Amino acid sequence: MSLIEIKNLHATVDGKPILKGIDLTIEPGTVHAIMGPNGSGKSTLSYVIAGREGYEVTDGDILLDGKSILEMEADERAIAGLFLAFQYPVEIPGVANTTFLKAAVNARRKAAGEPEVDAMQFLKMLREKTKLLGVTDEMLKRAVNVGFSGGEKKRNEILQMAVLEPRFAVLDETDSGLDIDALKIVADGVNALRSPERSMLVITHYQRLLDYIVPDKVHVLAMGRIVASGGKELAQELEATGYAGYGEPEAA
Amino acid sequence: MVGTAETLEQVQAVQDQKYKYGFITDIEMERAPRGLSEDTVRFISAKKGEPEWMLEWRLKAYRHWLTMEEPDWAKLGYPAIDYQDSYYYAAPKSKDDRPLSLDEVDPELIKTYEKLGIPLQEQKWLAGVAVDAVFDSVSVATTYKKKLEEKGIIFCSISEALRDHGDMVREYIGSVVPYSDNFFATLNSAVFTDGSFVYIPKGVRCPMELSTYFRINASETGQFERTLIIADEGSYVSYLEGCTAPQRDENQLHAAVVELVTLDDAEIKYSTVQNWYPGDENGKGGIYNFVTKRGACRGRNSKIAWTQVETGSAITWKYPSCILQGDNSVGEFYSVAITNNMQQADTGTKMIHIGKNTRSTIISKGISAGRANNTYRGLVKIMPKAENARNYTQCDSLLIGSKCGAHTVPYIEQRNPTAKIEHEATTAKISEDQLFYCKQRGLSEEDAVSIIVNGFCKEVMKELPMEFAVEAQKLIGISLEGSVG
Ligand SMILES: Nc1ncnc2c1ncn2[C@@H]1O[C@H](COP(=O)(O)OP(=O)(O)O)[C@@H](O)[C@H]1O
Ligand SMILES: [Mg+2]
Repeated sequence: MSLIEIKNLHATVDGKPILKGIDLTIEPGTVHAIMGPNGSGKSTLSYVIAGREGYEVTDGDILLDGKSILEMEADERAIAGLFLAFQYPVEIPGVANTTFLKAAVNARRKAAGEPEVDAMQFLKMLREKTKLLGVTDEMLKRAVNVGFSGGEKKRNEILQMAVLEPRFAVLDETDSGLDIDALKIVADGVNALRSPERSMLVITHYQRLLDYIVPDKVHVLAMGRIVASGGKELAQELEATGYAGYGEPEAA
Repeated sequence: MVGTAETLEQVQAVQDQKYKYGFITDIEMERAPRGLSEDTVRFISAKKGEPEWMLEWRLKAYRHWLTMEEPDWAKLGYPAIDYQDSYYYAAPKSKDDRPLSLDEVDPELIKTYEKLGIPLQEQKWLAGVAVDAVFDSVSVATTYKKKLEEKGIIFCSISEALRDHGDMVREYIGSVVPYSDNFFATLNSAVFTDGSFVYIPKGVRCPMELSTYFRINASETGQFERTLIIADEGSYVSYLEGCTAPQRDENQLHAAVVELVTLDDAEIKYSTVQNWYPGDENGKGGIYNFVTKRGACRGRNSKIAWTQVETGSAITWKYPSCILQGDNSVGEFYSVAITNNMQQADTGTKMIHIGKNTRSTIISKGISAGRANNTYRGLVKIMPKAENARNYTQCDSLLIGSKCGAHTVPYIEQRNPTAKIEHEATTAKISEDQLFYCKQRGLSEEDAVSIIVNGFCKEVMKELPMEFAVEAQKLIGISLEGSVG
């Protein structure tokens, strides 16, 4: 069975139609990339999948393991195994990164009827995951995303993904604002999480990221529709031609 | 640590119920006749076997109270209180005069305390918190007294102190909050029933947190406790106060007075988690909490720090204050006040700088949800001789939803040009971005609000002793249940 099936998805934001019929099927263990010009609806798609309030599905469906998730709240979807690495990670003043991560882990345990994590065990597990991403102990103590550089925020998103071990992760422009070294660290972190059970949807504006996270499939999103799909070579073509050919001028 | 583990268990229980303290204990009560008169005052004093001077002081207060008007300057609205329609003294009826040891305490009472999560039996208190438990009007049992006595520390009910340390009580009672101070304090002076007395001798660092739990059980009964803490030269004590009350439809009055005195180089840290019954969603029932708390830093280099987490009560009227008399003395006020549904809080502090180089810090976090109103009211007063006085005030308000209100009313009186006063204030809302971010990580809406609000309050929460902080964190979550969506 496919892990994720998006069928004829139409969605509006504040009554404005943004997604206009998206079809996408993602098999377990595969990485799909979505590319597209600014304003084409990439982030909107990620929010609709994650179940953000205010993003209304007007037609179509999203299935996880063959079952519709549209009636589920955002937190229920998260616990079912959906993860979104935010394009703009949100600051939560006063809440230490570790506290936040532990709360997220415990929410899953509670749903599974398991006891809360042991604080020492949790720290140990966390330390293993932080090494790979170059997240320091000092970063773990800081408040969630507060005063983080762009690169730190993105690494922090991937750290959360590593700790929460989702079955399906959407990475929304995880490359934006990163220099090449930071990009490599993030890509290594993501690649380490690739597994036969886990699928990913990597959203990016630039082809560059896909040199490091090599996708199984590439789709082009323009004006709320998938206008082209192909293998990883499609990304290279786009690099050469730009998005102009897809009916949408390059927007700022 | 055993103490912490126990707190966690209590907290677990707290999570299971909206207001888990809403039970009523069925024990035979002995009450004063309904209403307030000189006879009521005499009745209370006689019941307690007080010395004559105490009765005279009470009567002076009562007569003065008759000339006073209830204050109406706070941003609070409530129907007029009928002071004649309440009981001023209610005590569990016991066969003997009072229990001499825990074995003699009414088992029903012990059960109540267990429900509250206060383990009264000393063997449970390996973690070392001494508890003075005040049930309605009398102090039932004070644990750990022996161990404290060895250090010369006195920790007992104020009635006992009147009996055994009368001179000391006489010297200090009313010396920080005079009997004529304000309407509610004056009422308390006339009819106060019990409370705690603490004396820390010279140079002694109290080896454990001292703690009092207040509980209003009897119906239609006001609670008027009076606490007096004296820290002699070079001493230190940390004192915790917790409060609960059963869920009742009528409003109950709580008018307490707390007086603190620090002599040279002494320090008192006074922490409160106030969780009186707040009333229901429509504002029915709940405690009217009108409290006067004041500390006098009499000695040089002395320090008083108030930390409060106010989640309960239908109405909170409370301004823990510091009179910074001694040179180089320090006053601190850390406050979290949460109001949900129809709750109203008008709370803040007064820092009165009298001595040279006195310093004060005020950190206030107000959180409003539902249709609640939350006001910070603070006074920073620099007297002419307070050379180089410093104050830093930070008032942050957080709004949840659009029907609640937050107000900041800072008064500053600056009568010495060398003083420096800084004031910062912010108002914010919990953003939809933050809520979605938390939910996407798997937190329920309520857990999301709780974690965001706890983050907002962090600077205050970190001032609480460990055992209290855990409980306070959970309380914050509970008191905001149903505030979003
Ligand atoms: N809250 C909103 N209200 C109205 N329009 C919005 C809102 N958010 C995004 N949009 C519009 O939706 C379209 C898609 O935006 P978005 O999904 O952020 O694009 P991308 O991520 O591909 O850059 C844009 O035209 C944008 O202006
Ligand atoms: Mg976007």
